[in-house]
Amino acid sequence: MMKMVRIYIMGKEYKVPEGLTIMKAMEYAGYRFIRGAGCRAGFCGACATVYRKEGDYKLYTDLACQTTVEDGMYLVQLPFAPANKAVYDIKKIKPDDKTLVNFYPEIARCVSCNTCTKACPQELEVMDYIQSALRGDVKKTAELSFDCIQCGLCALRCPAEIAHYHVAQLARRLYGRYFMPRALHLEKRLKELEKGKFDKEMERIKKMKLEDLKKMYNSRDIEPEESEETRESD
Amino acid sequence: MEMAYYPGCTLKTNAKLFEESAMKAFSLIGIEMKELDKWYCCGTVYSLAKDNLMYRLASIRNLIRAQEEGFDKLITLCSVCYNTLSQANIMARNDKEAMEKINSFMDEEPDYEGSVDVLHPLQILKEKMWEIKERVKKPLNRKYAAYYGCLLLRPAEVSVDDYENPGIMEELIEALGGEAVNFPLKNECCGSYNVVANREAVIEANYRIVTNARKNGADAIVTSCPLCYFNLKDMQKEVKKAYSSFIELPVHYFTELMVEAFGVK
Repeated sequence: MMKMVRIYIMGKEYKVPEGLTIMKAMEYAGYRFIRGAGCRAGFCGACATVYRKEGDYKLYTDLACQTTVEDGMYLVQLPFAPANKAVYDIKKIKPDDKTLVNFYPEIARCVSCNTCTKACPQELEVMDYIQSALRGDVKKTAELSFDCIQCGLCALRCPAEIAHYHVAQLARRLYGRYFMPRALHLEKRLKELEKGKFDKEMERIKKMKLEDLKKMYNSRDIEPEESEETRESD
Repeated sequence: MEMAYYPGCTLKTNAKLFEESAMKAFSLIGIEMKELDKWYCCGTVYSLAKDNLMYRLASIRNLIRAQEEGFDKLITLCSVCYNTLSQANIMARNDKEAMEKINSFMDEEPDYEGSVDVLHPLQILKEKMWEIKERVKKPLNRKYAAYYGCLLLRPAEVSVDDYENPGIMEELIEALGGEAVNFPLKNECCGSYNVVANREAVIEANYRIVTNARKNGADAIVTSCPLCYFNLKDMQKEVKKAYSSFIELPVHYFTELMVEAFGVK
């Protein structure tokens, strides 16, 4: 027989099969997600979840699609994190050591409590990247935050009310625009597109039958990880 | 002698010159500063609210990083960081109750054992005056006013020298072949953070301090604090506008003098 576990969804007890993810367990209990669910594969960051376990003082944060239910879990979903995002034109701003703190001055309120790092389901060193941002190190902020999926849990837990993931996104945009080598193959391809190199092919594909399209998709050539063309020439 | 080095945010932004000159000068007299792999803003001001332990976390976490990397000495150039870290360290060594709470709050970190000494380089240079003299290639041959400000001297428990009448920087200036002038305002406050909210206070302090240094015959002022440096040097433009009789004076970090006297590029 299927083993069942007790969980509490917003305080109400349910018995759900062992081994389900929090997201599946909630659906099993009768909830339907119209927000707070996306890729269901741990990439999109839409399903931030908060829970406690019986007899444990810790407040846990995770992604509902990636975490398995345990007996005695108290659960709630957080479908949205309110956080202000600075408005900027990435082409007009300069990536100097004051840019991040100028757009997000509240990062100076960080007291290094590390709550953000503890909250991150991606196990990023969130506090460390905020500290890097504070000292103007755009590159380090971009690197440390690279795997951020913008779930917003850091921002909801922060006692200094920082919107970490927006700071990090600005850092990565600055890094991409001003520090990373330009992707030459992309520029080349864009020019080809503008000249209509693939227009004919697109027209042909648009007229194809669904069955043939599926066949074509499944037998396509998959690009190699890195070709000579994608590398930056020195 | 390898020591943990805590830079602080300002040394990585506005005061890069201070860090670069210190690295060059200190390595020549056998002090190797190894920057901590990870460090956090010290908190900038040591909060005088004794029960607000949240403001101690950053300092204690930095001390844990030094402890973790196996250092028993941590040096920092910035007077503000030095003051904040030193005071937090004294608290860590004396206030068991507070440390119990802090250690239990930071349950992801090892406990801080109080095993790290926080030092300012001037305290180390004091023991190395003969080495410094031997290293001098181009004696300074100028007159300097040694400016300490507040944070290297107060409170008394963290003072790098006699807190009423310090003399380490004068000793250093003389060792480098310069002349240290008598400077009564050497521990006068530069105006500190008033530069943000009350610029007039800083302009007035700057006028008094710089004029006093000049009247005592100084060709330049020497300091160890990035905030004093900003208030005494960068603010001179505004002082000039407020006081037409004001005559400007160069301001240097003490490490710049060392680099110059050691003949390093």
